[in-house]
Amino acid sequence: MRFLLIEDNDALAKAVMDRLGMDGHVVDHAEDLATALEFTATTDYDLILLDIMLPDGDGRSFLSRHRAGKSLTPVIVLTARSEVSDRVGMLDLGADDYMVKPIDFSELEARCRAVLRRQGGEARNVISMGKLEFDSLAGTLKIEGDETQLRTRELRLFEIFINAPNQIFSKSKLVDRLFSYDEEASENAIEVYVGRLRRHLVGSNVMITTVRGLGYKLEQE
Amino acid sequence: MKGPNIKGSIRQRLVAMLLLSAGAIGVLLYVVVQSVASQIAQESQDNILAASAISILDSARVQQGEISIDLPYSALSMLDSVTDERAFYAIRLNDDFLSGYEKLPRSQDFEGRDTIFQSASYLGQDVRIASTRRSYSIEGNQAFLEVSVAQTLTGLNQTLARMSRISLGVGVGFFVFSAVIAMLIAQSTIRPLHRLTESVSRRGPADLRPVAAPVPQEMAPLVVSLNSLMGRLQKSLSQSEHFIAEAAHRVRTPLAIVRTQAEITLRRVEKEENRKSVREMIRAIDESSRTAGQLLDHAMVTFRTDNLADETVDLHDLIADVVARLKPVSELKDISVVIQSVEPATIRGDAILLQSALHNILDNAIKYSSGQTEVAISLTTSARMAKIVIADSGAGFQTTDTKTLLKRYARGENADGVVGSGLGLTIVDEVMRAHGGSIQLSNNDGGGACVTLSFPLH
Repeated sequence: MRFLLIEDNDALAKAVMDRLGMDGHVVDHAEDLATALEFTATTDYDLILLDIMLPDGDGRSFLSRHRAGKSLTPVIVLTARSEVSDRVGMLDLGADDYMVKPIDFSELEARCRAVLRRQGGEARNVISMGKLEFDSLAGTLKIEGDETQLRTRELRLFEIFINAPNQIFSKSKLVDRLFSYDEEASENAIEVYVGRLRRHLVGSNVMITTVRGLGYKLEQE
Repeated sequence: MKGPNIKGSIRQRLVAMLLLSAGAIGVLLYVVVQSVASQIAQESQDNILAASAISILDSARVQQGEISIDLPYSALSMLDSVTDERAFYAIRLNDDFLSGYEKLPRSQDFEGRDTIFQSASYLGQDVRIASTRRSYSIEGNQAFLEVSVAQTLTGLNQTLARMSRISLGVGVGFFVFSAVIAMLIAQSTIRPLHRLTESVSRRGPADLRPVAAPVPQEMAPLVVSLNSLMGRLQKSLSQSEHFIAEAAHRVRTPLAIVRTQAEITLRRVEKEENRKSVREMIRAIDESSRTAGQLLDHAMVTFRTDNLADETVDLHDLIADVVARLKPVSELKDISVVIQSVEPATIRGDAILLQSALHNILDNAIKYSSGQTEVAISLTTSARMAKIVIADSGAGFQTTDTKTLLKRYARGENADGVVGSGLGLTIVDEVMRAHGGSIQLSNNDGGGACVTLSFPLH
């Protein structure tokens, strides 16, 4: 996906760009409102991440101008302020969602998905591999016309695999990607989810194979 | 809030002073009317007595050196005929008694006047005596013919008593009339104060605008200082709000950088023990940012509960909002948040605070539940109460003394490993109290925690 990140703190912007880049997203960075408006005028973004405190004005003014311009690109506000005080007005001004810093990227991903799903996602999120069609937004697997709805964790696990076919993922890395850091998750849990995905993949020519001692990978027969 | 230190009352003082002066004027009125009236009564009696005495004197004739007096009937009859008054007279020539009542007290000295008056006692009764004299020349000698006429004081006293009653009536009447006027004056003097009080107390909690209603000149300094106080309050409130926002910004942005970099590092690091340290780092960052967040939220909640908004809050909408907000978080763990049996209920209060309270509870329920379970919310109403019940299927509360969990920085015994600050339930408790409601913590029969938020319905 293509993101526009409007954030005046360069160090944070750089980190967020690196982090989102790891999941295969393309991120443009605007450090003030003027630059942001230039970017949005020339490029179509899937999602805008907007900081509220900016050097040349309040992010809220961008929000109201963005909405007044009939743009449909969803905006997720990243705020450093107290949730209680900031909630007022933000959603009224047309933000689709908001997150309090520091950002939990799994949560950001989930919120992006929810926002895009609410907008009625387009076919651009569909990835094909062999006989398989995967819609990451809707969370569906389609094998020769048969559609399966994935649960969130199954979906996120499959997303990891399909974004990097043939790459080996260790169980411990998968635990980190799939579970929040305060959850007591064992590597056995990964085996359970891999087992479920294998059942969903029956009938396609795509499979998750175990690489002994190293982990799992997704490959096509 | 502590009541004001009350000393005295403007209204009472005003009324007391007005009544005091009305009383003094009333008494003065009584005394003046009384004394003028008795003086006039006395004078008229004296005039009648003098006229009577003179008419007797006028009937005296000197014939051949003899004085003869033909006592006119009317002279005395006009004195005793009307009332039960008794009249006396005495006629003396020089110092010799000629006729009448001999013992009637004599006047002392005329001192050059023709008529003198005196009060005396005669035959056991108080009498008023008028004496008049005229000089005659009898056989070459000058002789003084002196006539004294006396009248008892019964009639005068009756008149005086009536006068006294009337003047008392006038005095009391004046006092009562003044008292009523005093009350009305006090009322109308106090009215601008009442109006000012009302216009200030009717305001909403966040309304710190200066008082614009017209006030009398004397109250202008009060309003000026009230306005300046509100101005300063407004300034300090916005300063502290600004400070809180600024503080959050300063703390959270670096935390966000550290957390993001830590996540990136975790992706790149291969060695298990290094990964473990980075995981610990991220947990610590989450813990501190969450604590910072809740401290700020707590400050904001305290501020807002001190100035509680009074808006209509639809509890159903509130639940729907909070559930929608937390949906992505719950989905991450494959936890479904189910809204069951919702009955319509609205309460009055601060929507943002209530949202924060419910958010805290629901966030807890999701946090302490294991994956692929269900969190159920229901809203039920009775005649006087609305209850929101949030039940999860996690480990439940391990302590029997659930009250201590509401205290600041108290955390449950099974909280190990879950990021938390121990302020969440304190915030909820404070919000509930501010709305006249309460929070109860219990465990479900089938396991899991159950939190009940009870709101009074008005």
